[in-house]
Amino acid sequence: MSPLHIQQGSSKHSAYDLRDPHSDIIESHTLAVIVANEPGVLARVIGLFSGRGYNIESLTVAETDHKGHLSRITIVTKGTPAVIEQIKAQLGRIVPVHEVHDLTVEGASVERELALLKVEGKGDARIEALRLAEIFRANVVDSTLGSFVFEITGAPSKIDAFADLMRPLGLTELARTGVAALPRGGAMG
Amino acid sequence: MSQQKTTSQMTGAKMVVQALKDQGVEVVFGYPGGAVLPIYDELFQQNEIRHVLVRHEQGATHMAEGYARSTGKPGVVLVTSGPGATNAVTGITDALMDSIPMIVLSGQVPTFLIGTDGFQEADTVGITRPCTKNNWLVKDPDRLAETIHQAFHVATSGRPGPVLVDIPKDVQFAEGTYTPPQKAKVDHYQPRVKGDIDAITALVEMLEQAERPIFYTGGGVINSGPAACQLLVELADATGIPVTSTLMGLGAYPASGKQWIGMLGMHGLYEANMAMHDCDLMVNIGARFDDRITGRVNAFSPNSRKVHIDIDPSSINKVIRVDLPILGDVGHVLEDLLRIWKSRGRKTNREGLAQWWKQIDAWKAVNCLAYKGSESIIKPQLALQRLEALTKGRDRYITTEVGQHQMWAAQYLNFDGPNRWMTSGGLGTMGYGLPASIGVQIAHPDALVINVAGEASWLMNMQEMGTAVQFRTPVKQFILNNERLGMVRQWQQLLHGERYSHSWSESLPDFVKLAEAFGCKGIRAEHPDELDDAIMAMLDYDGPVIFDCLVERHENCLPMIPSGNAHNDMLLPSDDVRGAITGIGLTLV
Repeated sequence: MSPLHIQQGSSKHSAYDLRDPHSDIIESHTLAVIVANEPGVLARVIGLFSGRGYNIESLTVAETDHKGHLSRITIVTKGTPAVIEQIKAQLGRIVPVHEVHDLTVEGASVERELALLKVEGKGDARIEALRLAEIFRANVVDSTLGSFVFEITGAPSKIDAFADLMRPLGLTELARTGVAALPRGGAMG
Repeated sequence: MSQQKTTSQMTGAKMVVQALKDQGVEVVFGYPGGAVLPIYDELFQQNEIRHVLVRHEQGATHMAEGYARSTGKPGVVLVTSGPGATNAVTGITDALMDSIPMIVLSGQVPTFLIGTDGFQEADTVGITRPCTKNNWLVKDPDRLAETIHQAFHVATSGRPGPVLVDIPKDVQFAEGTYTPPQKAKVDHYQPRVKGDIDAITALVEMLEQAERPIFYTGGGVINSGPAACQLLVELADATGIPVTSTLMGLGAYPASGKQWIGMLGMHGLYEANMAMHDCDLMVNIGARFDDRITGRVNAFSPNSRKVHIDIDPSSINKVIRVDLPILGDVGHVLEDLLRIWKSRGRKTNREGLAQWWKQIDAWKAVNCLAYKGSESIIKPQLALQRLEALTKGRDRYITTEVGQHQMWAAQYLNFDGPNRWMTSGGLGTMGYGLPASIGVQIAHPDALVINVAGEASWLMNMQEMGTAVQFRTPVKQFILNNERLGMVRQWQQLLHGERYSHSWSESLPDFVKLAEAFGCKGIRAEHPDELDDAIMAMLDYDGPVIFDCLVERHENCLPMIPSGNAHNDMLLPSDDVRGAITGIGLTLV
């Protein structure tokens, strides 16, 4: 399969024709980039975004195939359809990049993010924080008499919502991992 | 078994030289320094690879570019760590912009000193990451040979470009196992070269019907090789479709060919730009819709269907949206295109084409390259016309610096074959031409190699005359000396109310004496009457020449599409140029 997930050289199956190319609407896309796990690859990918003026909303990276020396970079980026296509093409031509998948257009996918939230408070606010954490299925991973650290996993929007609720209840620190994503169903393609 | 083991065991430095030999490298352009001494010691002890000692590492990179562009083979550069590598950055970036295959080997401080701000340490892979196709820091001698082979593969596959291998000094001394080219893993990077047959067939249908088609060709045709250029000639001549080309693509279709309508773009010919604007089918073959070509993007060829043949997916729809992209190598795609077109009966829209050519001939009649002659001062256009006339039929290679002279050279010199024209197109690097001419001459010792230069650009790398003399390369430095930064001055006239801020050089050297100081020949021409004799004296001299051609100081390079204008809105020599750039054009370069 080609890195662009299109039949190379074909106009009919070209990813360029998927959406209105002239649209000015800013879309958010989640890209899965499979790269050779060698020094400098992440810098090359990030340098592409900064050098060409693209946005990175979220980025996660870790080795996913030790034997094959492959890492998976998950990037959430924003841009017009034309910019998104450019980003994918530019990523695809980086030599150590093996595959580029646009999970936003390649069918349904699941996205998850993990966050740790430190909430400090006493009395009613503390009880309310614990009650809301239960509703959101957040776990308490650390506790003192005046603070909790909650661990929550979910789609980024769920974490946004939980953080918004915790803010008036004494949220003092927030750490997020960024999005990891996989397509639903069987193997890619 | 044990025999094999002993022959494949060697030091990193020896591996470097062995890998270059196994890759068929004949010449390396370089400059020694502390961090590459072991490699230089190996070079000293062999005779197969020639080393050309440059005077500045930037010179080495441009020589490698000239060598590569005139031969189709990759150019190889060897530099030391720190300043050696940073000096090479301009040439590496130039090669990236113009898709020139180049392998840069740089020394690095030993692995145990990396990160300590050691003497002549720089983060070379970090600095060159955005200006290389790929780069590698080799810390393991067992990986060194394989990495160099991979570097050659990456530089020359797909869209060519520069690569860099950074080699710490302790790795050069350490023993390791040599990996021959056949065993190096290169399977992951294999760009597709064959175009999609359905898409090519769709293009054939378009070609059969189009009333006003045009081939817009670029450096990709030349990079694809002489066979691709031959296919382009066959296709254009058989279909009768007009051909225009970018600066980088000159020579792919011969200037003497019947379908040739001249270079397009900012300083392209009126007929070429008008044809681009009015065509109904534009076939981009190995070009990239550069901003020097398109003019105002939203007014670019408004009524045409556009086809783009390119090996690089990121070139497609980057600037101009096309109706039919064909991803593949130009040579392969043109071969299939011709085969399919022939098998379908060699059809074209004869009536439409006849009308189209009538229109093009009317545009040609505007004679956009006309200029006002002078009896007392050498016009730069005249100098190039005489150079063209007096070198016609010679085995001639032209390099240029960057600026007005470069555009005049593109307008007034004719190229009938590929690999004869070396110029810095994308990056626009002043100082490119002199070292590039040396690189070309090294590859073609018996050919006539001329660098058409401006005096300001030429001074940027003039130290390389030392290289030219030392290596007996009889390069001719044809300097159109207007004592101005001509193109900057022209823009200041057009854009900044004739306030010529710092665009002239005081205390220029006496170029004839400078030539003598370098041990080569200096010739000066000041009057139109002596021009021909002076050019002949330059051509007849068996050695490097610095030719100081004093030309009209305030000549403008026309025609011109002013920044922010459309193709059909050109400045012609007869127009008033003051205040020609307005609106959004003011912010463009």
